[in-house]
Amino acid sequence: MRNRKRVGWHRYINGVNLAVLITVLFILIPLYWLIASSFRSPNSFGTATLNPAPLSGGNYSNAFVAYDFGIYFRNSLIVSIAATALVLILGTLAGYALGRLPMRGKFPTLVILLMISVFPEVAVIAPLYLLMRNLHLLNSYPALIIPYTAFFLPFAIWILRNYFLGIPKEMEETGRIDGASPLRTVWTIVLPQALPGLFTAGIFTFTACWTEFLMALTFNSSNNYRTIPVGIAEFGGNFNVPYGTIFAASVVAVVPIGILVFIFRKFVISGLTSGAVKG
Amino acid sequence: MAPVSLEKINKVYENGFHAVKDLSVNIADGEFMVLVGPSGCGKTTALRMVAGLEDITSGILRIGGKEANDETPKQRDIAMVFQNYALYPHMTVAANIGFALKLRKLPKAELDAKVKEAAEILGLTDWLDRKPGQLSGGQRQRVAMGRAIVREPSVFLMDEPLSNLDAKLRVQMRAEVQRIQRRIGVSTIYVTHDQVEAMTMGDRVTVLREGVLQQVDTPQVLYDNPDNIFVAAFIGSPSMNLYDATLGTDARSLKLGSQEVDLPESVLVARPALRGYTGKKVVVGLRPEHLPAESDNATGPKLVGEVELIEALGSEQVVHFTIDANRVLAEGAVDKDEAATVKHGEGVARIGAKVPVKVGDKLTFAVSIEDMKFFDESTGLAIRT
Repeated sequence: MRNRKRVGWHRYINGVNLAVLITVLFILIPLYWLIASSFRSPNSFGTATLNPAPLSGGNYSNAFVAYDFGIYFRNSLIVSIAATALVLILGTLAGYALGRLPMRGKFPTLVILLMISVFPEVAVIAPLYLLMRNLHLLNSYPALIIPYTAFFLPFAIWILRNYFLGIPKEMEETGRIDGASPLRTVWTIVLPQALPGLFTAGIFTFTACWTEFLMALTFNSSNNYRTIPVGIAEFGGNFNVPYGTIFAASVVAVVPIGILVFIFRKFVISGLTSGAVKG
Repeated sequence: MAPVSLEKINKVYENGFHAVKDLSVNIADGEFMVLVGPSGCGKTTALRMVAGLEDITSGILRIGGKEANDETPKQRDIAMVFQNYALYPHMTVAANIGFALKLRKLPKAELDAKVKEAAEILGLTDWLDRKPGQLSGGQRQRVAMGRAIVREPSVFLMDEPLSNLDAKLRVQMRAEVQRIQRRIGVSTIYVTHDQVEAMTMGDRVTVLREGVLQQVDTPQVLYDNPDNIFVAAFIGSPSMNLYDATLGTDARSLKLGSQEVDLPESVLVARPALRGYTGKKVVVGLRPEHLPAESDNATGPKLVGEVELIEALGSEQVVHFTIDANRVLAEGAVDKDEAATVKHGEGVARIGAKVPVKVGDKLTFAVSIEDMKFFDESTGLAIRT
């Protein structure tokens, strides 16, 4: 039998484990490199290194003090949280309607949504810029919150709709018979069961907003409204690229997403798989 | 507690499908009424209309004497048990049972007392803190029942509540559901496609076919005096043997394939209308137990069949035989796969356990002629008077 139990050292050193190790290293080494380099002294020359000793927090203080990274971080938080909240609220309502309520044109709506979610940003950035300018929204939070919501909503609607479809209809009917209002039914019966779907959609949206570059660069060029990706890209001037500071800022930028995924990983995994099977 | 009456209820879906046609049934206060029929016969639709989950296209629904057509499910004061139980997976058993009471803003102490009482009736006391995911199928079923009884509704509606259970548990729960219903004494409408469930549980049974009411009566009457071929074939297991036959010109004999069966005077006295069928085709029906083997000291006209298969059950033998008459299959009463396997002229008889018989034998049955049923060949209606 090919699947016989491995014994002795074969249990630990074998082809499968080796493949996993290589894959993990492949992903982790750049990350380690990033973190290691961020802790080098700001004055050390040259590019990255695997051995940062002696450790120094200088790059971090540089990022926050000399380069306004705190402002970018705040902007990113505001824009991402606002857009994610909007996407989740609208996505829940739309997803529920598309999944459950009797309405005409469900299928075309879903197809159009899918098309929008794969639409390249670059294609609409110019008209959007003109639109934002005419609305006097350039260099403001809504300049990013509105297009982010529009761009990331379709995907969230799909995830949530698939999730709602997986919840037996009888649950809602039982709720109705028990005398719960529609809103109460959605709130106490449907949403708790759709939590994994909400987390999945939420994390995807948040990550997408957090890392979005093109619109952030185009619509909010003023220093006060820059988000992290644009901020980091514009570190330094014509003659100097402060790699150490860029590394430090990048590490800080990764932290919120790392925390989110770590806390909600269980939900994200079940959210993805259930959507895949039941959709 | 309330009687329920359906008066000429119709359901036409938007796509034009006419699911329930002119259904009129009265369910007395405290009665256990079973709605039975093959899948797609409209029984669940009818139940959902009573529940208020489905609009009534036309007709009048009364609950407790009051017209309920336009009332919300909540106003109708009903409780429903679904096939898949529809328990809330994120709530404990206690929260599931108490949910409806919580919505009514019942004081906590009273709510807890009622939940506890329901749990005691159902033997769920030790499981109140669990989530539905940690329970077995039978326990989940009982939680669903608990959720219904704790509300003390005027009507219970049950949509195939036992069909997700395995066979043994189903038999147990059948008795359990009946016990609870009797104890609480609430009018109940119970939907099932399983005629055994219908026969064993119902005070009365309503048989539906393609949205049309076939017969409403007690299980015994349905069994003994089916109104038409469909009910005859649907009720009873193994089902009634139905054959095309021709009545003799003097109405004193019956031609079944190549065999002739004598009809005594008493058969005609009991069914004078039969004289109108002399020389014509009729459909005759015989329950398996009305075909004892000749050697069982049974008397009656003889019928000879070739034995195809024997199921020895210990107390009796179920013999599958063929005769050369045309077997009538009531459309919809037997499911299609099953119907496809029925051989030409196949029939089933219950004979004594001790009768020596083997496959391939020509076995002589003593037809219990008084129990024979006659049906009009074209309308399918019983010829009784």
